[in-house]
Amino acid sequence: MLQTALASGPTLAVAGLSKSYDNRRVVGPLDFSLDAGSVTGLLGGNGAGKTTTIGMVMGLIEPTEGSIHVFGCDIARNRYGALGRMNFESPYVDMPHRLTVRQNLRVFGMLYDVDDLDAKIEQLAKDLALGDFLDRQTGRLSTGQKTRVAIAKSLINDPQLLLLDEPTASLDPDTADWVRARLETHRRTHNCAILLASHNMNEVERLCDRVLMLKDGALVDDDSPANLLARYGRDTLEEVFLDIARGRVDGAAA
Amino acid sequence: MNFSFKRVGAMVLRYAYLLRASRTRVLDIIYWPTIQLLTWGFLQTYLVRAGALAAPGGAAQAAGTLIGAILLWDILLRGQQGFCFSFIEEMWSRNLPNILMSPLRPVEFVSALVAMSLIRLVVGVFPVTIMAILFFGFNLWALGIAFAAFFVVLMFFAWSVGLLVSGILLRFGLGAENLVWSLMFFVQPLGAVYYPVTTLPNWLQPFSWMLPPTYVFEGLRGVLIDHVIRWDLLAQGLAIDVFLFAAASAAFGLLLQSARRAGTLLQTGE
Repeated sequence: MLQTALASGPTLAVAGLSKSYDNRRVVGPLDFSLDAGSVTGLLGGNGAGKTTTIGMVMGLIEPTEGSIHVFGCDIARNRYGALGRMNFESPYVDMPHRLTVRQNLRVFGMLYDVDDLDAKIEQLAKDLALGDFLDRQTGRLSTGQKTRVAIAKSLINDPQLLLLDEPTASLDPDTADWVRARLETHRRTHNCAILLASHNMNEVERLCDRVLMLKDGALVDDDSPANLLARYGRDTLEEVFLDIARGRVDGAAA
Repeated sequence: MNFSFKRVGAMVLRYAYLLRASRTRVLDIIYWPTIQLLTWGFLQTYLVRAGALAAPGGAAQAAGTLIGAILLWDILLRGQQGFCFSFIEEMWSRNLPNILMSPLRPVEFVSALVAMSLIRLVVGVFPVTIMAILFFGFNLWALGIAFAAFFVVLMFFAWSVGLLVSGILLRFGLGAENLVWSLMFFVQPLGAVYYPVTTLPNWLQPFSWMLPPTYVFEGLRGVLIDHVIRWDLLAQGLAIDVFLFAAASAAFGLLLQSARRAGTLLQTGE
């Protein structure tokens, strides 16, 4: 009964989450939740705690305090109850270079127990335009091609929670725009919740219906892009970001 | 928590793809057993021809013991390295977070590493056992059931060391990479590989008997010299193996937990 109730709740629920190293707090306390079909931006300067937060949600970093529930599963106790329905992409993580794109996707498809895997790979190849290099070694691809392969890997199991850590970093504007369109399509067709860490303010404005602003690990603001612009009296999210990063928060009338 | 053979198969396939794509990796796993066999094999041939072992039948007996010990030592060493190399490939390719965030359970990951350790052994050491027959007239397979028992005891010890080293790599990163190559060599002088335990100083012998390989190499000499299979020795070796494998599994779990706490799992790379 409880499990049913939790499963119908938010896709991701974070409560009192914090991480400290050597008694120095680097993240938190954070409280937020993501509903199905929502896209939430995680913004902050370098070292603000975005990657650490995503690492904790993935279960790869153990929080010092607090809890994370994904699809109602407590990540600290039962992460395997949720891992099959989530996925992630990050430029800081790679895939085996000597395997071809098809071989990599096959391995990950099997890890996620994807049905009719050959058809799924063909579909991803079509959706993400991988066909020209599907049988080429992953290490021989360009940065843009590698990113598309990483996105394909992150979509191989049709995740309902997608964690993206700077998915368009080092992509040219055209390819980045193209990737954003694919992510938007996935969100719409799979009612997927997306947590997006990014430094690209245009990306955040375009994709996100909510923004979490981190500074020195702490959550300093949480609102829709439109409301943030209005409250800070700015025209772009970049200006809001700079206000927060540089401590010029007088405009935040709340 | 369901064990999935499909996920284990996925990991085995992942490493098989890698081996197929990299001739240097295949060469590497064949190269060293071959070098070992030839170096030591020709050395003992020289000793026999030089009459250094003059007792009637003694030279041939000693030669067989030496070749057998070399082959079993290589099975032990390659078993551990095969386990660790597959693991470290994930760190070199910066793929570990992808793997650890997938539904693959640690026990499935370890099962895949064990499978790859066996596959690498078949590729690397099996041809060398045939070469031992052709070059030196020593047939390891003729040991029959004794060889099977030796193999089991050695493999469990190899996987225990592999688990421990992999856990250390998880926790401390590629800075601990040299353990993959070096740790097992610590066992060589202590494990009575090429000589009886009684050769060691008295104070060192109890430490030697703590190592499962000691029971195998003493057992090998029992078979080749006394023509007796020492099941008592093998049973003791296996009992220690079970304890060490359990301890290594616990250590791996603790080191994985420690790596999560220290946040090092996202910082692996080539």
